[in-house]
Amino acid sequence: MDTLRVLVVDDEAGMRHAVLRALRPFRVHLPDVEGEVCFDVEQASSGEEALALLSIRQPDLMLLDHKMGGMSGVEVLDELRRQERDILTIMITAFATLETAVRATKSGAFDFLAKPFTPDELKDTVRKATGHLMMQRQARKLAAEKRRIRFEFISVLGHELKAPLAAIEGYLHIVRDQALGSDLPAYKDVIERCLVRSEGMRKLILDLLDMTRIESGEKRRELTRVDVRAIARSAVETVKPAADQRHVTVVLAEDGPVEMTADRGEIEIIFNNLLSNAVKYNRDGGRVDVTLHADEQRVTIAVADTGIGMTPEEAAKLFNDFVRIKNDKTRDILGSGLGLSLVKKLALMYGGDVGVTSRPDVGSTFTVTLQREHKPPAVDDAAVRNTPLAARG
Amino acid sequence: MARTILVVDDDLDFLTQMRLQLEAVGYDVVTVETAQAARERVARQRPDLVLVDLMMEQPDAGFSLCYHIKRHDPTIPVVIVTAVTSATGLSFDAETDEERAWVKADALLAKPVRFEQLERELQRLLKD
Repeated sequence: MDTLRVLVVDDEAGMRHAVLRALRPFRVHLPDVEGEVCFDVEQASSGEEALALLSIRQPDLMLLDHKMGGMSGVEVLDELRRQERDILTIMITAFATLETAVRATKSGAFDFLAKPFTPDELKDTVRKATGHLMMQRQARKLAAEKRRIRFEFISVLGHELKAPLAAIEGYLHIVRDQALGSDLPAYKDVIERCLVRSEGMRKLILDLLDMTRIESGEKRRELTRVDVRAIARSAVETVKPAADQRHVTVVLAEDGPVEMTADRGEIEIIFNNLLSNAVKYNRDGGRVDVTLHADEQRVTIAVADTGIGMTPEEAAKLFNDFVRIKNDKTRDILGSGLGLSLVKKLALMYGGDVGVTSRPDVGSTFTVTLQREHKPPAVDDAAVRNTPLAARG
Repeated sequence: MARTILVVDDDLDFLTQMRLQLEAVGYDVVTVETAQAARERVARQRPDLVLVDLMMEQPDAGFSLCYHIKRHDPTIPVVIVTAVTSATGLSFDAETDEERAWVKADALLAKPVRFEQLERELQRLLKD
């Protein structure tokens, strides 16, 4: 439970006590932020005393009488503005004149309460102010969280881009210094590794571009009627050379067209990532089965492999950015760590999701569901917008 | 007798390069890919020096590995190598004296490692 500090400023002791009595047991339930708020009430009997108290400890909310001996409420507000202090203030006005209201609003008051008021009127006004405050805080927290995620993403990305460069540079030094002697064939492996690492870096950059394109939103998307089976067929062709190299058989269950409204490029990204993983993490001579299923609302894509599989713990974090399963079985497999997080982002954009069932040394089945009729506003889903590259400040 | 250097990194190419270069100048090289394997190897047989990559499973896995090695045997020199520097926008460097005292690394080198520089550090740390 959150506690908001309230300062009541009024020269009438009776009024201060009435506010105290009303607010002490008062609780505000906030369904939006799933929280409850209670109040810690302090009091001041003049504007001057309020300012002195404020300078020690700033309250979250102030109930401020306008007409007091000494400084008036509006003068207190003006002074706070001069000090550039921002306190949510409810003005209490004995004579609710328009002029006072206008001046107080200009000076930054959030709301008004006309004397005399009932405890319920007070609670109502405080409830509104509390909602406003908590929303403000929530927004600030979200913005900070977004900045943190983006920062983390960029620093990990920095590492992921520097690591292959460092490896390539290391090998180039070896070649330059002729560390393996003057015999050129001795450097064959070194050069081969440089090529493999630059290929890995290229893949990372391409995945990053895909991710940026997806997160840049609606404007570049071309939603048309597409045949998912036809896209799957061409993705199978694309992955064939890599599959042949390892004698992996890729089979697409043939049936009629499966139509949906989608951006062709996005569906291609989903298939390419799932299929290349299914081949990469397979065993030599293994098999990949691609099946499509459609009902009224959804298209379900399943890609099953006979590969190395993974534990439930490994599967649980699989769809996050830059997560790659590291163990003896995966040590020689290159990947950007972005492929599956891309698939997940896309599935969410299509009102669907992605899941995996897997058993170590038996294989994994990835299942992607997509809504056949894609509602354009889905791109504004928080799940998509909150991803790092889209955190546009 | 040749000195044994334990190289810890999850980047196979870095391990290959270190092995090639260190063996060429007369060191014995043992390579492992995880902090856990490194701790087991150190416990089993004392290497003369450990060369650790900073960012393995976790961004600062190298620091805690170094801490554990030093607690096990403070006399084993540890050199931390990292591709993460301030240039990436995030520094995992031990920034305060307190952090450095906790980590106790004997040297910190940036990737790509200039081999002459590494060799100098090794000679300095292994001179007695």
